[in-house]
Amino acid sequence: MRLRRKRRIFRCVRKRRDLTAVSTKTQNIERRDVLLTSVVRNEKIRLPFFLEYYRRLGVNHFLFVDNGSDDGTGAFLADQPDVSVWRADASYKRATFGIDWSNYLLRKYAHGHWVLTVDPDEFFIYPFCDTRPVRALTDWLDSCAVRSFGTMLIDMYPRGPVEAEPYTEGQDPFEIARWFDSGNYMITKNHDYGNLWIQGGPRARVFFRDNPSKAPALNKIPLVKWDRRYVYVSSTHSLLPRGLNQVYDEWGGEKTSGALLHAKLIDTLGDKAREEMERGQHYRRSGEYRAYAQGLDDQPVFWCDWSEKYINWRQLEILGLMSKGNWA
Amino acid sequence: MSKLGIVMLVHSALHRVEQVARHWATAGCPVVIHVDQKVSDEAYSELAASCADTPLIRFSERHTCQWGGWSIVAASQSAAELMLDTFPDVHHVYLSSGACLPLRPVSELVDYLAERPRVDFIESATTADVSWTIGGLDQERFTLRFPFSWRRHRKLFDLYVRLQRALGMRRRIPKGLVPHMGSQWWCLTRQTLSAILQDPKRKVYDRYFRRVWIPDESYFQTLARLYSTHIESRSLTLSKFDYQGRPHIFYDDHLQLLRRSDCFVARKVWRDADRLYQSFLSDQAGKMKPAEPNPGKIDRVFSKAVERRTRGRDGLYMQSRFPRHGSENGLTCFPYSVFQGFAELFEDFEPWLTETTGGRVHGHLFAPNRAEFSGGETIINGALSDCAKLRDYNPTAFLSNLVWNTRGERQCFQFGPRDTQKINWFLARDKNAQVSVITGAWAIPLFRSNLNFSDIRNEAARLQQIETKQLEVLNSVWTKARIRTWSLAEFVETPMEPLQAVVGEIGIQNQSHLTQTPTMVDLSGFGQFLQNLKNQGMHPYLMGDFPSDDVFGNQVRPYPKPYLVR
Repeated sequence: MRLRRKRRIFRCVRKRRDLTAVSTKTQNIERRDVLLTSVVRNEKIRLPFFLEYYRRLGVNHFLFVDNGSDDGTGAFLADQPDVSVWRADASYKRATFGIDWSNYLLRKYAHGHWVLTVDPDEFFIYPFCDTRPVRALTDWLDSCAVRSFGTMLIDMYPRGPVEAEPYTEGQDPFEIARWFDSGNYMITKNHDYGNLWIQGGPRARVFFRDNPSKAPALNKIPLVKWDRRYVYVSSTHSLLPRGLNQVYDEWGGEKTSGALLHAKLIDTLGDKAREEMERGQHYRRSGEYRAYAQGLDDQPVFWCDWSEKYINWRQLEILGLMSKGNWA
Repeated sequence: MSKLGIVMLVHSALHRVEQVARHWATAGCPVVIHVDQKVSDEAYSELAASCADTPLIRFSERHTCQWGGWSIVAASQSAAELMLDTFPDVHHVYLSSGACLPLRPVSELVDYLAERPRVDFIESATTADVSWTIGGLDQERFTLRFPFSWRRHRKLFDLYVRLQRALGMRRRIPKGLVPHMGSQWWCLTRQTLSAILQDPKRKVYDRYFRRVWIPDESYFQTLARLYSTHIESRSLTLSKFDYQGRPHIFYDDHLQLLRRSDCFVARKVWRDADRLYQSFLSDQAGKMKPAEPNPGKIDRVFSKAVERRTRGRDGLYMQSRFPRHGSENGLTCFPYSVFQGFAELFEDFEPWLTETTGGRVHGHLFAPNRAEFSGGETIINGALSDCAKLRDYNPTAFLSNLVWNTRGERQCFQFGPRDTQKINWFLARDKNAQVSVITGAWAIPLFRSNLNFSDIRNEAARLQQIETKQLEVLNSVWTKARIRTWSLAEFVETPMEPLQAVVGEIGIQNQSHLTQTPTMVDLSGFGQFLQNLKNQGMHPYLMGDFPSDDVFGNQVRPYPKPYLVR
């Protein structure tokens, strides 16, 4: 495991050559700041709301990797006062699906900081997120000597067909995709890395019902008190050293955990799926996107009679999709 | 000048310290602040300069404070000495921290103490009586030596404790002292406090407590017992601890809770809880009626948090709760019933069971081609799908999800050797499962089928083998489920008694006895059918003894009217 970690570190340092700085404002980062990193590609339509959402939570500085966008994403980000952007035109796949790039940025800029690593369609929810900023959570985690914070990805979907209602720039995607599955998730433990492997939800129910083992993983550990010895191994599903993956209790109790609301299943999915399928730059040769592109041609409706309409984090807590744990 | 003096021990968030100190000083209370030596000189002098305009705020000699070490006591001592020397009018001294926030107007606290001039408020209990010690050190705090920091040199700390235990090393407790422990936040009278600080034997005591574990929770608590005339063993500071002994932190959304607690001072308050600082430090005279502190409401919130963290919600599997084998506290969250062989034996078992029990009765949930949800639904609570592949990908998750999603409603389902067998261990280990099995009833559909006899024979052998294995699991020594088994012959002879027992446990709606009975299928010829199987070389044994002549099938119908005393 140590070798694997060293190899990851080596890779990410080597892949720094892919990155060219577009706009760096990292000198503004202060000691207690909470950071956010993300790898994006042609996401300009999503970014205004994304930035607004995380600024409201109290994220102080954003670190973006712009992977060859041609829709003005880079320029838009470079204009933001609290955003640093690097451009990478190299292969996303060969950078282990972008992980090498973010590992490098984390290693360089996030040492000693709490940092969120999310995709531009993932929105972080934690207990009391409506009344307490993310700093309250990280201070509390610090006082408990906890280094990482676990979440589950919750796929949100609209009432009708996915492509029925168009998304406009700056809009809250959850005005369209308000619904989610509350109780069809399957968990097993991954003994290699000690993390949980969660599958299920609407994508497994609709796209992967004949092949559930291929359904995407929903376990994520997006919030970490970073140290330059740490690395993400596969997306944000698992980290090394392994102790960071222990975000769950094994003796019957509940640790504090959150959720990532996933605004993927809206009308931008179709274009994305077709584009990514052609590029073949995603995990399992974009097999996931291939399934979407095929499935999307039949105008799928994820919504069913038992879909749950999203209200707030307390609802997720009661449903058992996250937990306040010991934080009151 | 007020008769109440405040001692503050601080180490961070100095802007909050100034705010709170000014609040006390404005109300006329002198304040002595001890700033940890670890705070940079720059920050310290900044704080000192900005407080310079208030003569009531003083700063005491600085010590480097370490959690669990003597230095915190030394800091309190020097700050308290400065307080007593500089402000001769002070009658009570209140020890607080930088994260403490006064909840009620200062005048109320002053009046409260003025009415109790001889009372020392200090939580102080003998080691035998406390339950809050974390780490198992209670009496040993006073009899072992602790030269190593628990936070920084945990291994050395543990090693040295073990060494002393092994060698039987014991320290002598100074004569006259009875070790007491309690919250480190106290409020003592000048008389008691000065007696402690000016004790001729103080050097002896100090040397002793220097090597006691967490002396800030025992030094004043023990010595106050020597001098005080009236100890109220409670802290005036509201402080809640989690299961690891760390104080809970208060945030903006606790505002109402704190208001209603009627406590004088709360700890710890998050440094960026602007709303709390703003509302409690503003002038709020007369907002509250004089009342005794009542932290009961807050207690409930925080004890719930502790329970959630240590026990969790039974039957829930999620990203932050995934118990190991055996630590589940119940594999599911609500009782449910499993019926095996009943639907084969009775023609209308499912509608009958629904009507009798009011529960939700599913068909074979683990049938090979789909999960037969009640009412033929394809998707049920929690968006759980009937797709067999999804279900069989993780059958135990399917079952625990089903029970979790429908918690509060009794679930019943049919099971049998034709179904996916992967849940048997889960069923057996789950104390919420009530499993009723009529062994060998799987033969009835074969008996009534129109298959070739050789196929029937093969199928019978297969099913019998599966059910035998299943029964081994259900009857294992690890079984926690409520298991009942009857052989088919046994059951057919007196069907009402077992039915009544099973249904009674679910909680029957009309308590007296079963009025309606399900209709049993016609079994005439079944004995001969079994005999035929035997003649073909198979050995059907799970059904029990059916006579091969047909009398039996004819005898049972109509079976006697239900009449039974439970």
